[in-house]
Amino acid sequence: MDFSLSDDVLAYRSKIRSIVAETVTPDVIERMHTTGTFDAPELNRALGTQGFLERATPGLGVGDPIELWVLFNELEKAGAPYDGLAVALMIAGVVNLLGTDEQKERILPSIISGEALVCMGYSEADYGSDVASIKTRAVKDGDEWTINGSKMWTTMAHEARWLILLTRTDVDLPKHKGLTMFILPMDTPGITVDPVHTLGTERTNATYYDNVRVGDEAVLGGVNNGWRTMVSVLAFERGVMGGSNAAIPLLRHFHDWAQEVGIFEQPITRERMARAAIDMQVASLLTQRSAWIAASGGSPGLEGSMTKVFAAEAYQRISRWTQETAGPLGLLQFHEAGAAGEGFVEYDARHSPVVTIYGGTTEINRNNIAERHLGLPKSR
Amino acid sequence: MTVDLGLTSDQEAIAELFDGFFSNESPTTIARAAEPFGFDADLWSKVIELGAPGMGSAAEVGGGEASLSDLVVVAEAVGRSIAPIPLIEHLAALAVLDDADLVAGSAIATLALRPADADGLWRLVPAGVVADVVVGVDGDDLVVVRSAPPMSGPRNHASAPLADRSARTGDRTVLGPASAFQPVIDRWKVLTSAALVGIAEAAQKLGVDYVMEREQFGVPVGSFQAVQHGLADLPVLIDGGRLLTHKAAWALGRDESGILDWRSNDITDGTALAAMAFVFTSDGAAVATDRSLHYHGGYGFAEEYDIQLYYRRARGWSLVLGDPTDECLALSDRLYGPVEN
Ligand SMILES: Cc1cc2nc3c(=O)[nH]c(=O)nc-3n(C[C@H](O)[C@H](O)[C@H](O)COP(=O)(O)OP(=O)(O)OC[C@H]3O[C@@H](n4cnc5c(N)ncnc54)[C@H](O)[C@@H]3O)c2cc1C
Repeated sequence: MDFSLSDDVLAYRSKIRSIVAETVTPDVIERMHTTGTFDAPELNRALGTQGFLERATPGLGVGDPIELWVLFNELEKAGAPYDGLAVALMIAGVVNLLGTDEQKERILPSIISGEALVCMGYSEADYGSDVASIKTRAVKDGDEWTINGSKMWTTMAHEARWLILLTRTDVDLPKHKGLTMFILPMDTPGITVDPVHTLGTERTNATYYDNVRVGDEAVLGGVNNGWRTMVSVLAFERGVMGGSNAAIPLLRHFHDWAQEVGIFEQPITRERMARAAIDMQVASLLTQRSAWIAASGGSPGLEGSMTKVFAAEAYQRISRWTQETAGPLGLLQFHEAGAAGEGFVEYDARHSPVVTIYGGTTEINRNNIAERHLGLPKSR
Repeated sequence: MTVDLGLTSDQEAIAELFDGFFSNESPTTIARAAEPFGFDADLWSKVIELGAPGMGSAAEVGGGEASLSDLVVVAEAVGRSIAPIPLIEHLAALAVLDDADLVAGSAIATLALRPADADGLWRLVPAGVVADVVVGVDGDDLVVVRSAPPMSGPRNHASAPLADRSARTGDRTVLGPASAFQPVIDRWKVLTSAALVGIAEAAQKLGVDYVMEREQFGVPVGSFQAVQHGLADLPVLIDGGRLLTHKAAWALGRDESGILDWRSNDITDGTALAAMAFVFTSDGAAVATDRSLHYHGGYGFAEEYDIQLYYRRARGWSLVLGDPTDECLALSDRLYGPVEN
């Protein structure tokens, strides 16, 4: 195995690092933690202007998937708000893969310039893990589709220009067969957005669809073919776009604070810091493997499930012991005097629970590994 | 793109050769028969025919010029089969030794993992029961000692050929300062990590095969989700351990000195990576053997079933170095800087 990054990739990485240093200022990070909107338009535009988003879009870019990994790994390690951008590029990849020429022309430039975000409407109030059972209906009448229903957890709906929406188009077919994916502008009449606030400050939304009318140009990947479209989205999501080194910024904040207050010498802390570094190396290598598989023409869906389960639980372990080690100072929030790790210790303890839930829960991923990797029967 | 996380075609051939060899010549009946000392002289003479003992040595001394990454592939196969031969110790020791009989394998070399005590004794040397040559630290020196192997040692958890060896009696040569031992111990950690990955993989397979065959409540126990999820944790420990071990081998094989930038998780320092791989794969092998044994139910506890062989070796092959906490503390010093205490 060869773990060296080529000179091209290293040059790319140092450009990304300098864009991050310029645009992801302490103010931008502060804004993310007050608004709950995990996005930085100034960063997206800077990356877009220099052509880096086009390069990184899966399947579209001139860059290889290693660059996509490098981009999101750098953003994640910097603690940058990148969630909005990750979803946008993932959907750009899907539009590029499954969209019509007209859709590509109409939609892609707005995303790869860093101007437009995309939000994802799959989950509903009553259907999360069992997302293939969703009820939001799209009915065709003449040339027009009419969409009615509601979605839960439509993160970034309050900022996004585009929406990718999973609907049921045929109630008589088996549940995976009667689904259709649409991609439409968020300003289409009939869509409303209500905020949902979370433990981790991150804002998400409930969205409602009341006689939303679109034409065939909004169908993405074919009528009643929505499950296949979902599967391509998830393969990207559990692949290489962040979500594996979430503890790196926390470890920096914790380390510097622990040195400053003089508790770093404790053997238990040093042991845990060493184990944390090991977990972060492993998580990074697993992600790099997904990128390498994608670069070699494969689809790293299953490897992504493994990476996600491992990295999510590692981040939760680390955020738990950092807070315990800090004791009462680990309870103090941003800007409070004496807060451990400038408040990041408290923040990560609040943010980390979500990572085993969204993007497919750990149980769903373990089902996937058990059935597809170990060859065990469908579980009961 | 330069990142390439697949095996080379040579390495695939090596894996096939050694897996095939061990499954023919060293089924678990051989490991059982070799207990309690864990050495099978016949099997050792057969690996000599494959050229394995000198595989990593230079061509000038009759070696096979294999890279450390190639040896990792061999060590994994040793772990998968728990073959009772001291190939890992021998290959590690040959990082600093090139005597013709060692390269040929007619004499066996090993390493003492900890410095000699005040009396000049190396305690619990792996392969100490059978090795003709021991390399290790005595005071400020790296020394090599040739002496007659005791051919017995204390009975132990892993049925490993552990024995105390003298650093002072026998034919003793000083090879250099104690610091010259680092490449040997790094190499041993990497190869042992690979063997532990092999153990974990074999344990996973035993577990999966068993739960598909064993029925309770009228269905295979492998169809229960609790059982599936316990087993579903193992592939990532195996794959993650394999990647980390290969990264350590790659880093140790480079001429440039590595990077130790933990703040951006950019680590290419071979010694740090070898320690990381060792801690991670020790834990992975312990978890994999434990889970697999558990999902065998009572039969997993019975001597007759093979999982117990793997369970004991997963612990023994790694604990000979010491408490993993100490390894973590040394790693912490290397990553974050040493502390005074
Ligand atoms: C902050 C946040 C942002 C999100 N953003 C988006 C977004 O942008 N777009 C979007 O569409 N969705 C989004 N989601 C939704 C997310 O994908 C779902 O929460 C997730 O898929 C789980 O669904 P659920 O919440 O309905 O939980 P449920 O499916 O009700 O699960 C409850 C519990 O049961 C377990 N469980 C369920 N089924 C099984 C099974 N078969 N075997 C074993 N255990 C099982 C689950 O693992 C879980 O622990 C977001 C969620 C959060 C919290």
